[in-house]
Amino acid sequence: MSVSPDALVEIAEDVVAAEPQDSGARPEIGNPRLRKEDRRLITGRTKWTDNIVLPGMLHLAMVRSPHAHAKIVSIDASAAKDAPNVVDVVTAADFPDGMGVCANAWPITPDQVTPDHLPMAVDRVACAGEIVAAVVARSAAEARDAAELVDVEYEELPAVFDAQEAMTDQILAHPDKGTNKCAFWKLDSAEAGTGGNVDEAIAKAREDGIVIEREYRQQRLVPAFMEPRSTVVDPTGEQITMWSATQIPHILRFLIAATTGIPESKVRVIAPDVGGGFGGKLQTTPEEFVTLAVARRLAKPVKYTETRSESLVSAHHGRDQYQKLTLAATKDGAVTGLKVELLANLGAYVAIVGGGVPVLGAWMFNAIYKFPAYQFNCQTVLTNTTWVDAYRGAGRPEATYGIERLMDELAAEVGVDPLVIREKNWITHEEFPFTSVAGMVYDSGNYEVATARAKELFDYDALRAEQKQRRESQDPVQLGIGVSTFTEMCGLAPSRVLGSLSYGAGGWESASIRMLPTGKVEVITGTSPHGQGHETAWSQIVADRLGVPFEDVEVLHGDTQVAYKGLDTYGSRSLVVGGEAIVRAADKVIEKAKGFAAHLLEANADDLEFASGRYTVKGTDQGVGITDVALATFASHNYPEGIEPGIDADATFDPDNFSFPHGTHLCAMEVDTETGETTMRKYVCVDDIGHIINPLIVEGQVHGGLVQGIAQALWEEAVFDDNGTLVTGSFVDYTLPTAADTISFVTENTTSPSTTNTLGTKGVGEAGTIASTPAVVNAIVDALRPLGIHDIRMPCTPERVWKAIQSAGAHDGAATAEVAPHFHDDAPTNADPGTTGEGSPQ
Amino acid sequence: MIPAAFEYVAPTTVADALAALAEGGDEAKVLAGGQSLLPILRMRLNAPETVVDLGRIEALRGIREDGDALVIGAMTTYADLLASDLVREHAALVHAAIAEVADPQIRHRGTIGGALVHADPAGDVGAPVLALDGELVITGADGERTVAAADFFEDLFTTAVGDGELLTAVRIPKHTGWGAAYEKFVRVAHQWSIVAVAATVRMDGDTIAEAKIGLTNMGSTPLRAKAVESALAGSAATATAVGAAAASAAEGTTPPSDLNGDADYRRHLATVLTRRAVLAAAGR
Ligand SMILES: Cc1cc2nc3c(=O)[nH]c(=O)nc-3n(C[C@H](O)[C@H](O)[C@H](O)COP(=O)(O)OP(=O)(O)OC[C@H]3O[C@@H](n4cnc5c(N)ncnc54)[C@H](O)[C@@H]3O)c2cc1C
Repeated sequence: MSVSPDALVEIAEDVVAAEPQDSGARPEIGNPRLRKEDRRLITGRTKWTDNIVLPGMLHLAMVRSPHAHAKIVSIDASAAKDAPNVVDVVTAADFPDGMGVCANAWPITPDQVTPDHLPMAVDRVACAGEIVAAVVARSAAEARDAAELVDVEYEELPAVFDAQEAMTDQILAHPDKGTNKCAFWKLDSAEAGTGGNVDEAIAKAREDGIVIEREYRQQRLVPAFMEPRSTVVDPTGEQITMWSATQIPHILRFLIAATTGIPESKVRVIAPDVGGGFGGKLQTTPEEFVTLAVARRLAKPVKYTETRSESLVSAHHGRDQYQKLTLAATKDGAVTGLKVELLANLGAYVAIVGGGVPVLGAWMFNAIYKFPAYQFNCQTVLTNTTWVDAYRGAGRPEATYGIERLMDELAAEVGVDPLVIREKNWITHEEFPFTSVAGMVYDSGNYEVATARAKELFDYDALRAEQKQRRESQDPVQLGIGVSTFTEMCGLAPSRVLGSLSYGAGGWESASIRMLPTGKVEVITGTSPHGQGHETAWSQIVADRLGVPFEDVEVLHGDTQVAYKGLDTYGSRSLVVGGEAIVRAADKVIEKAKGFAAHLLEANADDLEFASGRYTVKGTDQGVGITDVALATFASHNYPEGIEPGIDADATFDPDNFSFPHGTHLCAMEVDTETGETTMRKYVCVDDIGHIINPLIVEGQVHGGLVQGIAQALWEEAVFDDNGTLVTGSFVDYTLPTAADTISFVTENTTSPSTTNTLGTKGVGEAGTIASTPAVVNAIVDALRPLGIHDIRMPCTPERVWKAIQSAGAHDGAATAEVAPHFHDDAPTNADPGTTGEGSPQ
Repeated sequence: MIPAAFEYVAPTTVADALAALAEGGDEAKVLAGGQSLLPILRMRLNAPETVVDLGRIEALRGIREDGDALVIGAMTTYADLLASDLVREHAALVHAAIAEVADPQIRHRGTIGGALVHADPAGDVGAPVLALDGELVITGADGERTVAAADFFEDLFTTAVGDGELLTAVRIPKHTGWGAAYEKFVRVAHQWSIVAVAATVRMDGDTIAEAKIGLTNMGSTPLRAKAVESALAGSAATATAVGAAAASAAEGTTPPSDLNGDADYRRHLATVLTRRAVLAAAGR
């Protein structure tokens, strides 16, 4: 894609246009405030974990396996031990009682094959990047120098990388397990009683309808958060304190206690400011456990910060699925059945929720369409590759890609516009709440309105006309229009539902609110923001609810000693679950303060009403502000019987359903048929995420999400070579886009309030990523469909597009060209990595 | 990552730099803008004992006219070159190519000398210097010698600059009034060239009187598309004529295969980009 010179300018103007309003000028909810956390996050003058320096702190460097599968024959650390300022060199043998376990919290079946994932390899490594030893020195540089001196002798073992190859069990990722097959999980609408028999539907469609059968590949991606992972452990106090660049301080604390035997009360975990995660930091990592173990062994504070190269190979990856999809429909395009067969590569270990991520697709492949029959099958496998887990969208982008690509294929088969085929099959707004064929209850939505608005903003008909004209004139640059009318389930999650899926935790969230005597308000949340702007949005909610100025609200988070209860941030859950907990805590505060207010006003509590921060006696002008009540209760010289001094409250909210954002995304791509280069011409999305607390934050989430989804379509793929070495091991080869690669997006919202929380909000953190990938690929395929092309494998590199055009040409444009044989494609290898730049040897 | 420890020297004269290099021997490395060297050190692909920083040698920086040529000091940054009217006027092809290098931060640090000595075949500086028949001034203990660009690039990351020598200047014959274009093909904006074509032409009315074409990343060194050049001499500057001439752009090349494209795809790209670059250089 080429650069739109205007992109940056327009973004800048947008920001100016969204000038924040002063407190009190209007309701805080809906105010497009700039984020209060931005100054410190953008300048970096804040507490990133790596900025933390403790007295006497030592530094760790990891010795990692270069091999994908190997026996550790011997480790000679003598030279490293003699290196300057080296304090210790440790291996797994130095910890006979273990160092904890990187646990799998979601075994999807009782018989799931789950290899033990120890923080440090004992006698065998199962993927490149596994830690085999760690060097402790007085400085990070000295630790790094000495790590190079640790001499590890390996005996290489046969290794398996690809999921389909793994299915044959010819080479075993973990020989002691006897198989690579990890688990098989199935949902069948006939068995569940939510729909008909899918095989019958397909058989019938083969007779007198349409059957679309496709195989799609979800390539492997790297979450590529901005701040590398970092951990500091201080074992010197009464409690062990761990700072970590993590999304999940509470879950981490629990799992440290559960797997090391350290009493939970003796562990404090702090996630200070964290620079992005995208799911990539919702792990309990080997690095955290090793740092903890070494700090305890030496009784000194220890820090470990990974390098970017380490991060790319050893932080978990995302996606990596093969999808085999069969869609049945009538001749005129009414869907009658959908069968999904997934094969998911989990890498060498089943990560914290790694096995469950592909299973989330079970409720998403049917999407917004009324399938009468549905079956979802998911096989997970182990390979000798980096472990795979949640990455922005986690299971839902994969499913959305599959179904939205299929709906375009169906439209082409029927010979109608892709929006027409969708409208024919989607749930209409009158039908909500709607129980889907997968058994989910979609509470609200309006696909018609979002689509109509998106079409209008996109100038759909004009672009279709231009496309026709380019086709007729055989313009070397063809135009394609891609559609994605997605929905997703987010706001993880009703604890009961999680329990029924044998997930190891609940899905509630907690909040506390404390009114301080000076009128300031402290809000403690169990969510753990790592760039999302919770401090701003939560302050806006509380400011409105309690009628206090935005500036007077302080949001505290990410420290298990302050926010003692929480389930952290992932799955677009923070606002819809954590935000509701805040509302409830605020309501409790209002209720509690009311008793004091009534006492102060010498009135009956029932006669008081609360609005804009004031209690007034109904029908009079007598009243008292909530902040005055807070001061009065601080002194508590005079308070009513049966009420405790202080105005503070806790609330825990467990939702009884997910939230279901949806939207219509339209993308126009130009395809240069001479080179295969694709250029984004226009991108419009109209998302329905219910009520919006801060439109500016929402826009940021959507923009970032879109870019990550577009990047899957066009740019990113983690590629291993035949030895299991990550070829895309630096940002030279892992082509991450920057702002210069994107255009200005047109984003708008429609509003169908969610009914599962009182704010009426739905999650927005992942929506852009989930929706955009198929919109882009649909557009590229749409541009080339007259050539007989019906698929391009992701990422749609210019080379792949050009080759598709070439082989279609060879077929003379006849019928359908099988352009990308997904299931038998040799993984591309970088024949000459040295030619791509900075990583080249001298 | 953190580079291994090294001694750092920052001489202020070429003579002192050569002395420091001689003293360091095999274990010394020259530092120019650091945009290639530092990543290599940080990834520990190389661990020199001494790093000789040329950044304080004023004599190596700047652009001046010398009769029919421009003389560019090896330590002149991309940003200096882009800001120079002399370059724009007499070596428009260098200007066009350098505008496509990386991003502004890197262009403010990276130097023409560093780029040429680094000799990454995907780098954008070699092809224009080769196409413009540039000459490279190399200084060593025995004094100065001048090497034609065609002889300068020996292989992947290998040039005529020997151990203990410095590239001190680049001489570019003036190509005043020549049109120029650099067609760089990348997937993301900050990427190295998958393939790029540097074309500069002297027009005579509607006819291309003379054309010079350099290819980036079509082999282990920058290459000249000589067959295209001769086919274009005296040809009309039309899409058909230029397209026909450009069809042989990949003849005799040995492009790499990697994640961005295999050799066949690169050969194809070279022909399309050559046509586009020549037409753009001809103002079409
Ligand atoms: C993210 C990134 C993207 C990039 N993208 C591009 C791109 O798109 N196109 C492109 O062309 N380049 C690109 N570059 C490379 C950039 O152009 C470098 O600046 C250039 O290759 C090296 O120049 P330098 O002055 O930084 O040299 P250095 O890195 O300092 O040195 C490079 C090598 O040359 C040697 N050397 C330097 N000067 C001399 C001298 N005078 N005499 C003898 N030996 C010398 C050094 O010892 C070293 O081996 C990119 C670099 C980065 C980091």
